[in-house]
Amino acid sequence: MLDHLSYKTPEPKVIAGAKADWELVIGMEVHAQVSSNAKLFSGASTGFGAEPNSHVAFVDAAMPGMLPVINEFCIAQAVKTGLGLKAAINLRSAFDRKNYFYPDLPQGYQISQLYHPIVGEGEILVDMGPGVARKVRIERIHLEQDAGKSIHDMDPTMSFVDLNRTGVALMEIVSRPDIRGPEEAAAYVVKLRQILRYLGTCDGNMQNGNLRCDVNVSVCRPGQYEKYQETQDFSHLGTRCELKNMNSMRFIQAAIDYEARRQIAILEDGGVVVQETRLYDPDKNETRSMRSKEEAHDYRYFPCPDLLPLEIEQGWVDGIAAAMPELPDEKKARFVDALGLSEYDASVLTAEVENADYFEAVVAVCDDGKLAANWVINELFGRLKKDGAEIDASPMSPAQLGGIITLIKSGDISGKIAKDLFEIVYTEGGDPAEIVTARGMKQVTDLGAIEAAVDKIIAESPAEVEKAKANPKLVGWFVGQVIKASGGKANPAAVKEIVAQKLGI
Amino acid sequence: MSLNQLTISAARDALRKGEVTSVEITESCLSAIDGADALNAYCAKTPEIALAQAKAADARIKAGDAPAMCGIPLGIKDLFCTKGVATQAASKILAGFKPEYESTVTQNLWDAGAVMLGKVSMDEFAMGSSTETACYGPAVNPWKIDDRQLTPGGSSGGSAAAVAADLCLAATGTDTGGSIRQPAAFTGIVGIKPTYGRVSRWGVVAFASSLDQAGPMTKTVRDAAIMLGAMASVDPKDSTSVEIPVPDFEAALTGDIRGKKIGIPREYRIEGMPEEIGKLWDEGTAMLRDAGAEIVEISLPHTKYALPAYYVIAPAEASSNLARYDGVRYGYRAKLGAGDGIVEMYEKTRAEGFGPEVQRRIMIGTYVLSAGFYDAYYNRARRVRALIKRDFDQVFAAGVDAILTPATPSSAFGLGEMADASPVEMYLNDVFTVTVNLAGLPGISVPVGLDAKGLPMGLQLIGRPWGEGDLLNHALVLERAAGFTHKPSKWW
Repeated sequence: MLDHLSYKTPEPKVIAGAKADWELVIGMEVHAQVSSNAKLFSGASTGFGAEPNSHVAFVDAAMPGMLPVINEFCIAQAVKTGLGLKAAINLRSAFDRKNYFYPDLPQGYQISQLYHPIVGEGEILVDMGPGVARKVRIERIHLEQDAGKSIHDMDPTMSFVDLNRTGVALMEIVSRPDIRGPEEAAAYVVKLRQILRYLGTCDGNMQNGNLRCDVNVSVCRPGQYEKYQETQDFSHLGTRCELKNMNSMRFIQAAIDYEARRQIAILEDGGVVVQETRLYDPDKNETRSMRSKEEAHDYRYFPCPDLLPLEIEQGWVDGIAAAMPELPDEKKARFVDALGLSEYDASVLTAEVENADYFEAVVAVCDDGKLAANWVINELFGRLKKDGAEIDASPMSPAQLGGIITLIKSGDISGKIAKDLFEIVYTEGGDPAEIVTARGMKQVTDLGAIEAAVDKIIAESPAEVEKAKANPKLVGWFVGQVIKASGGKANPAAVKEIVAQKLGI
Repeated sequence: MSLNQLTISAARDALRKGEVTSVEITESCLSAIDGADALNAYCAKTPEIALAQAKAADARIKAGDAPAMCGIPLGIKDLFCTKGVATQAASKILAGFKPEYESTVTQNLWDAGAVMLGKVSMDEFAMGSSTETACYGPAVNPWKIDDRQLTPGGSSGGSAAAVAADLCLAATGTDTGGSIRQPAAFTGIVGIKPTYGRVSRWGVVAFASSLDQAGPMTKTVRDAAIMLGAMASVDPKDSTSVEIPVPDFEAALTGDIRGKKIGIPREYRIEGMPEEIGKLWDEGTAMLRDAGAEIVEISLPHTKYALPAYYVIAPAEASSNLARYDGVRYGYRAKLGAGDGIVEMYEKTRAEGFGPEVQRRIMIGTYVLSAGFYDAYYNRARRVRALIKRDFDQVFAAGVDAILTPATPSSAFGLGEMADASPVEMYLNDVFTVTVNLAGLPGISVPVGLDAKGLPMGLQLIGRPWGEGDLLNHALVLERAAGFTHKPSKWW
């Protein structure tokens, strides 16, 4: 399906340094919270915004002797995500312990999957505008536990710990360094988020931290990246720095741009980029060193002895595959091919799965993709935006909007009346066809009635008749008067024809 | 004979017949415990709980609803989490910790009507072979030579001392490298480590997760069969619990091992082993032969690598398992000075809260898992472990039913005797037992004789995975043939 939409590869971003041109090479590690009611290894709730330490099982608090038990639903969600990214599913995976001390990590280790992740190689097609897309390879997806939250600003002398988030399942989705600019990086996150939301495996809420990114950035001279792609030999690329914990598209772009320019300045000065972890400060728009490679933790990974290797059956994976929803690329292609939408409209409508679902429900009623797209995108979205509402909270149902479009198609109402009707249905509710009948909003195509109205205007306006006979362009004035007199219901085409005929022009 | 000296099977029969009540047996044990402070076997006494449970057990027995363990008073190793009762793993770092939950094993026992007399001492976090690493001070072996106090072994030394001195009818133990079998041998009692996965680890303070396994420590083989049946279960809360139903182990005790094949591993005849141990082994071999078993010499070629592999894997897992004791949520937290932050809190808490042996193993474990050493130590030890397991698999595949070895390289040693020895000398206590943990097999220690000093010595039988019933039957034959009825003379 992907190849169905033919696309061009975008040009990499080039930054002109003081001495030469430079290209960017970017890889992403996205931490996506698995949509699941319970945590990865305990039955505690994952609900957001609860009282601190109210969603904590004994194992989450690392009480002595407590043991983790794998939540099968989280495994299914990871597999579903893998299938959605066209990735290999590993029927045998294993959990490892990543050891480090921190108060919001009660066990003193995070259970993760270093050596044998559940999902292997896949890909994402990142849209960069109509007909332009970047294919980004996915290296792996592994499951791991989230940490809790340390709170340092509640008391001058004490720190507090909230373990509600401790043990919540995360998917770490690791890309290859196939992203070539700040805009592509943001677009990658947008696309990944879109797919996850279509799949229902992560809600993609970046504000709540349910989707966070670590970005690996390096720079190289033009031509070097192609050598890397040919050989997969990283020595052709520059030394990378990792920007930690980015949770907004805007910051991702700004941070990458800053970081690339910082590295270029160092290199052009004859220096070397030090591999390290850096933090982005949005207030100052700069990145700062967090820890260097030498200071990096030794996590002492080893297989978690409390959990046996995870073995899943192909049949179980097939069952998940059979129940997969239609994904954005496929939906977009279908909207273009089968419903005749422009690629732009199809992109807008498929950006959020709720919008696409709404649109399809409208089409099901009115059976006109193009009209439905116009009305959903231009009228409904505009109206919702005015109210600051999301599509889920739309006061107008797809059946109602479909009903309005059906009345337009049948010629029962004009486009102008339809907009009035839209506002009535939007604010007051009700069945569009009934409203049109009850309020006499039907378009008048009764030629007799129109003729009478035209005769009346002609009789009342002898001066205008003379002018129009001399200058036929003035016929529009008569048409306007007739439509005005009919309360907007007279069919403009019919009026124009009759006026012309009566005036003999 | 006083009631605290009863075996489980004798008590069960007498309780069912109405000849005695659980309250009477429990009171007898409680008074024995009160008179045995010199043994330092119990680190927490729970007489109120004991009497309440005993009364409830008596009611169940009266109602005709009496599982085998109903009304049987037990000592519980301090490693098992017991709801509302101090659980400290003999470590200062868990000072004041009272779990809000009950371990699966103890819950199984209470569900069967058993009675908790209290918590019994052990080596700190089950790391040791003498209970000398306990924060409560060492438990003392009821057996002694003249005026010399001896260790009951470890880590389940409090359990062993309590059972041997009749301070309970039986006790729970745990065994990571020999912690049930060595103290059983040192005190003249029976101790079985079941197949890994037979008994739930949920609620047992972890030492080395891939090796830890709980088991009963009892006065007789029959008692071990009865109590193991009550402790074992398939537990969905422990992912390493294996879904194999628990059979009636007592029903396997036929006393008939005719035609069974007993393997004698030549690699277990180690250099420097006391002559008496070798002699005991030969005698045990003869006993099984006389009972109609076929004796075959076998080879377990990777045995000599077992101890080093064990002392890489167990500390590695321990270093991670013990990371949670950080002073943040429960247990001991060091007093902090002005300006101390989280790092100082960790460092001081763990330096003050853990004893030297635990610190040593955390250091070893941290080292062997660290970048650059992982392959040389941990991964290599894992490969050795696989080879050791293969050794056993091949022997069992060749038709061997059980393997007979010494349980320990010596009889009980004096308290303080190893104080100046290198830690490795202490680790040598586990030389015959660690292979069984590395291979995940069931192993049982049976008292077979006394040495020249008059101290008990035990032999170990190793069985096929999930073959505890058959293993216990072999042990029963050995027990009967040895006729070990010696008891320590009461001095405490």
